[in-house]
Amino acid sequence: MTDLSLSNQAIAGKTAPPSEARALRLPTQWIGVAPFFIFALMFLILPTLYLMLGAFQNDAGEFTLENIVALAQPSIVAAYWISIKVSLASALIGAFAGLAIAIAIVRGGLPEWIRSATLTFSGVASNFAGVPLAFAFLATLGRLGLATVLLNTLFGLNIYAHGFNILSFWGLTLTYVYFQIPLMVVIITPAIDGLKKEWGEAAATLGATTAQYWRMVVIPVIWPSFLGTVILLFANAFGAIATAYALTGSSLNIVPILLYAQIRGDVLHNAHLGYAIAFGMIVITGLANVFYIWFRTRSERWLK
Amino acid sequence: MKSGRFWAWVVFILGAAYFFIPLIATVEFSMRMRRGAYSFDAYQIVLGDARFQATFMYSVIAAVFTIILGVLIVVPAAYWIRLRLPQLRPIVEFITLLPLVIPAIVIVFGYIRMYGSNSPLPFLANDTATNALLVIGYATLSLPYMYRAVDTGLRTIDVRTLTEAAQILGAGWSTIITRVILPNVLIAVLSGAFLTFAIVIGEFTMASLLNRPAFGPYLQNIGANRAYEPAALAIIAFAITWGCMSLIQILSRFAPKSANRPN
Repeated sequence: MTDLSLSNQAIAGKTAPPSEARALRLPTQWIGVAPFFIFALMFLILPTLYLMLGAFQNDAGEFTLENIVALAQPSIVAAYWISIKVSLASALIGAFAGLAIAIAIVRGGLPEWIRSATLTFSGVASNFAGVPLAFAFLATLGRLGLATVLLNTLFGLNIYAHGFNILSFWGLTLTYVYFQIPLMVVIITPAIDGLKKEWGEAAATLGATTAQYWRMVVIPVIWPSFLGTVILLFANAFGAIATAYALTGSSLNIVPILLYAQIRGDVLHNAHLGYAIAFGMIVITGLANVFYIWFRTRSERWLK
Repeated sequence: MKSGRFWAWVVFILGAAYFFIPLIATVEFSMRMRRGAYSFDAYQIVLGDARFQATFMYSVIAAVFTIILGVLIVVPAAYWIRLRLPQLRPIVEFITLLPLVIPAIVIVFGYIRMYGSNSPLPFLANDTATNALLVIGYATLSLPYMYRAVDTGLRTIDVRTLTEAAQILGAGWSTIITRVILPNVLIAVLSGAFLTFAIVIGEFTMASLLNRPAFGPYLQNIGANRAYEPAALAIIAFAITWGCMSLIQILSRFAPKSANRPN
């Protein structure tokens, strides 16, 4: 019996060398990508899964939903709510302003150097985030900032007397917009470049007015990439902590700052509640990105 | 069309105002240190500060190691996927996008809990290992940018023909990657490297939570305790970001423009 199968294998091997060759090469196929996958598994996927599982465990390691339920306490809900508000407001303002700037530089008939200068600057400004951005806005709109002082001396407008504060919802939103607008410009400009001239000509031939061309051609084509980018901007702002922390300390209680305080000093007095907060953040940015991918695939149909 | 151009100018000028006023204000603020006269005192104090020099050097070294680690992980993977395993491309692209989905603070929180002193892989047990963990974290953060840059570079060269030619001449895999593929995508790799540098140099979250003496936590500390120095530091940081982006732009002029292969 053993003998027979051995000879069979030998024959099969002789008659089908390609399969034998493939069998020999199989391990080396994976060598090139192995470091990447091992790295991603160890330092990206497993740590995240560890937290996500920890969110559903108690101190004894048993399954529980208590941590998730505990997220409903008012201070945590308030933190999520202000984070969502700041991220959404900065994403929407950044998206509309960025879209307007992109349309202006692509379609507005401005000189060519303005377009390239704007794109270069956007590349820089979209990466100018974190602690230094907070410093820049403190120097601008802080109590002694240039804009605050100038508005007061030139127009007699004391913005702090009117309730503005850089350490507030609007202060943080206005600061986030500084990297949101350039990011929008960088991402959406190719989409506007992708609007073919022929479409405008075809619309004009068919008797469309400029308004009709925009309403029936441009907006439907740009819409998916616009919405997709809004979501990307949202996720971008939602996970950011350095700017907010340097700007407001812990006076504005957004989720990343709450999580930061929890990691440093277990301010919630429950280690697994920290896991649950992290889990909530992943759920929100994850959902946002599912929508982003969905919109992206829809927009790619037109922009080839 | 004329009104269109008018509105384009309005939008552009409003945008330019929003972006330049904070920069001007920061420059102005940074020079206000001496009473009654503009001066560069704040810059002198910052640049002369021993902690500035130490933390900045620490972050530069961390950035360099991050770039080396990123190249070692990304280049072979991207090359191999183009050459042999195109079916893995969607999975790898998905993984490289994950650092944009999972906030940095969550990733580092995972590290702290998973690689603590009592774990099988105690990265937090001593300083050297924690430094390594910081570099690993930074490499994770830069994964989306590095992979995209390298993949774009590989698209412009004919990977298969170059590999086969090198093999016919008797080159082994390490020779092919280091002496044939890497020089051809060097410009793309450098673009990814400068972007990584710009992201890593002032990074705050990971460095702070891993208790590393990096530039980001130093910036935060100065911001909480001083008045004029933060503005000077903001200008320095902006100049560094600007420098990195300009280098990428200059490099892109040397990059091959046309793709030899449709894929």
